[in-house]
Amino acid sequence: MTTRRTRAVVIPGILALAMVAAACGSDEGSSSDSSPAEAAEGSTPTGTEAAGEATAGAVDTVGFIYVGPKDDFGYNQAAYEGSVAMQESFPDLEVLQAENVPETAESEAVMQDMIDNGADLIFATSYGHLEFAENLAAENPDVVFVHQGGLEQGGLDNVGTYFGTVYEPVYTAGIAAGEASETGTLGYIYAFPIPQTLANINAFTLGAQSVNPDIETIAVSTGSWCDPALQAQAAQSLIDEGADVLTQHQDCTKTIVEAAEAAGVYSVGYHADASELAPNGWITGSEWDWAALYTDIVQTVVDGKFAESDYNGDFRVGLQTGDNPFIQSAFGSMVSDDAIALIEAAKESFIAGGSPFAGPVMKQDGSVAWADGEQPTYAEVETMDFFVKGVIGSTD
Amino acid sequence: MIEQVLTGAVAGGTSILFPVVGETFTQRSGVINLGTEGSMLAGALTAYVVGIETGSVWLGALAGAGAGALLALVHAFMVLTRGANQIASGLVITFLGIGLTALFGQNYVGQGVNAFASVPIPGLSDLPFFGPILFDHDPLTYLAILSGPIAWWVLYRTRFGLMVRAAGERPEVLVAYGMSATTIRYIATVIGGAMAGLGGAQLSTAFTRNWSEEMTVGRGFVAVSLVIFAAWNPMKAIIGAYLFSGAIALQLQLQARGTDISQYLLQAAPYLVVVVILAALSRRRAHESPESLSKVF
Repeated sequence: MTTRRTRAVVIPGILALAMVAAACGSDEGSSSDSSPAEAAEGSTPTGTEAAGEATAGAVDTVGFIYVGPKDDFGYNQAAYEGSVAMQESFPDLEVLQAENVPETAESEAVMQDMIDNGADLIFATSYGHLEFAENLAAENPDVVFVHQGGLEQGGLDNVGTYFGTVYEPVYTAGIAAGEASETGTLGYIYAFPIPQTLANINAFTLGAQSVNPDIETIAVSTGSWCDPALQAQAAQSLIDEGADVLTQHQDCTKTIVEAAEAAGVYSVGYHADASELAPNGWITGSEWDWAALYTDIVQTVVDGKFAESDYNGDFRVGLQTGDNPFIQSAFGSMVSDDAIALIEAAKESFIAGGSPFAGPVMKQDGSVAWADGEQPTYAEVETMDFFVKGVIGSTD
Repeated sequence: MIEQVLTGAVAGGTSILFPVVGETFTQRSGVINLGTEGSMLAGALTAYVVGIETGSVWLGALAGAGAGALLALVHAFMVLTRGANQIASGLVITFLGIGLTALFGQNYVGQGVNAFASVPIPGLSDLPFFGPILFDHDPLTYLAILSGPIAWWVLYRTRFGLMVRAAGERPEVLVAYGMSATTIRYIATVIGGAMAGLGGAQLSTAFTRNWSEEMTVGRGFVAVSLVIFAAWNPMKAIIGAYLFSGAIALQLQLQARGTDISQYLLQAAPYLVVVVILAALSRRRAHESPESLSKVF
């Protein structure tokens, strides 16, 4: 990986430099040459040895695209590690990796490159990659596209989405946070108001309210999956407003955990176990373990059974249906046995068919989201567009 | 609330203030360096890495300044020695900075660094209102605030400053005195890069305690536009940097207080502030621009 990435990043930079040098004396120069910008993103597929090896029928190449770097201590790293673990089960499989693939038409070009290099199956792992994967799926019926976290639109035989039920461990983390908080105010830093983030913020709040009905969560968005400076400022704003537990839905998570620790407030992590960064304030968190699910998806495609499998649709795995790939991180020392017992009881209820959103649940504006005895389906959770009562923040 | 916004403005604005003051120097000498973003990133990563490897945040900051200066030196070579287009060269320097730091930073994402701690100034930090806003920060923040008046003094009260301004206004005068505008511009550009690197170092080793790819997210470009806002005056640079950062702190505070204003509008607000101020001031600023700069465009 390292050496391949070297090529992707450095050569365009050096070429660009050479171009400017060559343009000496000409004032117009190469100011119009903006291609290094794109190339420097490092979004070229980097495992190109497989070119030309693909043969019809056999599945010998799988591509993965990530919106961020594969070592971000978060979402992308978890997906990357899942791909590496998956590959151990398929030693002959060629795995193409592309990091920093933006959620734009550029992702379509990157996936097209992978197809040209023989990819038979592509994992598009970020929310905004879906529409571009579906575009390509229509043109490439022999290539299977699976998308992490979205809801498929086209009903094609070669497209599916998969995800864990992220909000389950987020709800149980909320139980621990609600018990730990002394101010009764929790802080949530998130990127954009999309159903996934809203469902998490709501689940966290409902979990906390299950132990302290008056607790409030302040939700602040940064408009970015990773802008550490903005994260640091957002963390400070939340602490200023009295939050004594900070949690987040961001791709890079370290700054917020460290800011909380430095300010002496509690942390609930996301995507990765960051307990070592917050020895005093770490409560718990939620993290991904994709290996089993990725391996099963690849096996299904290798066996030629994708079209009739559950993966050809919107596949969701939660405690009710199996092993949720989104697991609870280790607990900090302040989490009481009582809280752990409550968390275990909540998990049992989810396994038995319950939901973190089991009614009665009120919306922020006071209207009823789910009445007593009602609860949303997975699909309904993933179209959530409101905050529950007790969340301070705006969804527009 | 005002106290919290202003405290957030100073805490978050330091990493922008350094490059604004530095770029002011550079532009005063007649060079525009759009590579500021690249120099910031180089400074952020280098300070982080050196901080981890040596255990000294100060060595890290010094190395960060050096890395920023090195990229600026490449820009100076391109435009001053090789005569390349300043805008093109600056942009390339930025993309080079993005690429190189992404490459060399891979193994440091998520690693812990010995961060600069907050050093309250005895006596002053206990003052009501002004104490937390101005006197309870990391050492680099104090240095950044001081860099404004120091840069002003150097520019307007020293012989070197006179030469920098002459290089930007009337390079032929320097020649008449047997000096080279090119040498002065080299020095001013490298100073600008070093300060951008220092801004990056503050970002990674004091403010966010983190390294991640492209973590500056355009702050280097904001710094370049704030130089115009500040009318090439390093004292006004302080106002510019903290106004921008204050707008960020304000929008986050408004969100945390549950206002009904659209979060998208709030997030755009800091940039809108810069655009509006530039639009309002640009005509006036045109007269205050170092004369040689007009030749760049």
